[in-house]
Amino acid sequence: MLIKSASLIKENEVTPKKDYDKSRSIISASRRQFLAQGSALVLATSFSPNTLWAGNKIEHYKKSNSPIKNELTPYELVTSYNNFYEFGTGKGDPAAHAHRLKTRPWSVTVDGEVGKPGVYDLEDILKRQQLEERIYRLRCVEAWSMVVPWIGFSLAELIKQMEPTSKANYVEFTTLYDPEQMPGQKRRTLKWPYVEGLRMDEAMHPLTLMATGLYGEEMPNQNGAPLRLIVPWKYGFKSIKSIVKIRLVEHQPTTSWNESARHEYGFYANVNPHVSHPRWSQSRERVIGAPLFTPKRKTEMFNGYGEQVASLYKGMNLKRFF
Amino acid sequence: MAKKRLIKQQLVVLKTFVFIACLMPFMFIIWETVFNQLGADPIQTLHFRTGDWALRFLFITLSMTLLQRFFHSPIPMRFRRMLGLFAFFYASLHVLVWLVLDQSLSMENMIKDVPQSPYIMVGLLAYFMLIPLAVTSTSGMMRLLGHSWFTLHKMIYPVALLGVLHFFWLTKLDYSEPFIYLAILLVLLAFRVALTRRGSSVKQRV
Repeated sequence: MLIKSASLIKENEVTPKKDYDKSRSIISASRRQFLAQGSALVLATSFSPNTLWAGNKIEHYKKSNSPIKNELTPYELVTSYNNFYEFGTGKGDPAAHAHRLKTRPWSVTVDGEVGKPGVYDLEDILKRQQLEERIYRLRCVEAWSMVVPWIGFSLAELIKQMEPTSKANYVEFTTLYDPEQMPGQKRRTLKWPYVEGLRMDEAMHPLTLMATGLYGEEMPNQNGAPLRLIVPWKYGFKSIKSIVKIRLVEHQPTTSWNESARHEYGFYANVNPHVSHPRWSQSRERVIGAPLFTPKRKTEMFNGYGEQVASLYKGMNLKRFF
Repeated sequence: MAKKRLIKQQLVVLKTFVFIACLMPFMFIIWETVFNQLGADPIQTLHFRTGDWALRFLFITLSMTLLQRFFHSPIPMRFRRMLGLFAFFYASLHVLVWLVLDQSLSMENMIKDVPQSPYIMVGLLAYFMLIPLAVTSTSGMMRLLGHSWFTLHKMIYPVALLGVLHFFWLTKLDYSEPFIYLAILLVLLAFRVALTRRGSSVKQRV
């Protein structure tokens, strides 16, 4: 419940000296990670300590001209008010503990119904993507929202490169499991590792983003570094963080929040002001960073992205498939 | 026994001191609000701050009877009314935060939100049950109501239980905090039951 003040974030901003130290300890961390995955992948030899740390500017990306550009939530709030239970259930826990997460080198396992399964180094994945800024409103299932300028690439592009087979109906994502780096995983609040999923057409939708940064810089750890999903028309918990595995599967995957409370958190989790959470209303949302006496914002159908995504759910009973 | 009694002047000093102490959380909340220290989600922070203190003061009030029995001292009972009224004060702030900041005083919002949120219904019920207790807290009312005053004020127990239920019902996944409140309340209730039994068996023997 304690919300960390802005001064704490400043401490988290990595200095070059710290970068260097971290880069030394990373080799052993990565080795552990690879062994855990039972992968024979060779350590990324191309790894260089001065690239791509959280706090580093991202050089080349296409700027966004979004109509909600003037509603941006301040950087300090975006990076200090987070739900990332792998680091604790308090909103300030991720900012306080996420420095333990080693985000480079980072590998992503691709398997399931794909033509090109394997364990890929994140750098190799990123080399093939066009980075661009996307300003999206993020609506949390807890009835608050913020507006974030993400940087990332289209998930559809990545999936095409994976060469899906005809049986690929769903995408299943998995977050890193390592209680040493993610101390929140020592408590069994959710069943670890965190798993989320999308239907194939949702995953291929042009709005669906794989994000690697925000506010023009590398993704801060507490926001899901180094690679996270952003599905702007769904509640925030669908947008899984710190992804280590992407599987294309035939059947709807079992996802973490849905498994923890089936009647409260659906697989679809589309933002919908007309379908309340069993314990609270979803009709309005608190805008993070708004002055105290600002009335709450009316929640929009599909979080305001209805024009683009409503057709995905044509004929579906959204009260049943919540 | 005489040593445990307080002379009137001492009582006034002590009461003033307790009164100021009880106001400290309120002062802190005001300070946070004025100096913009409520964090990213100020409405939520205010809800938690005021709700926490309402529950805490309910518990502190409940423990006064126990302290009296435990130490065979009438002193704790001298503070029970003030503490109970502070519980009502923080609960009122809690409801006020909800009415003004969360609902923007809009009937339309409330009609939509309340039926969809069982925890709000339970919270409001607890608050409505607290109102008659606050109203009848004066000495005049005590005299007027006689024995039924004690029966009426037993309502503080269901109020506390509903308060804890309210906390459970609004919590997402991590129940450690409401569990702490529940544990404390159960300990208080257990002591209360034990003391009442002992008290009544003593009476029977006499």
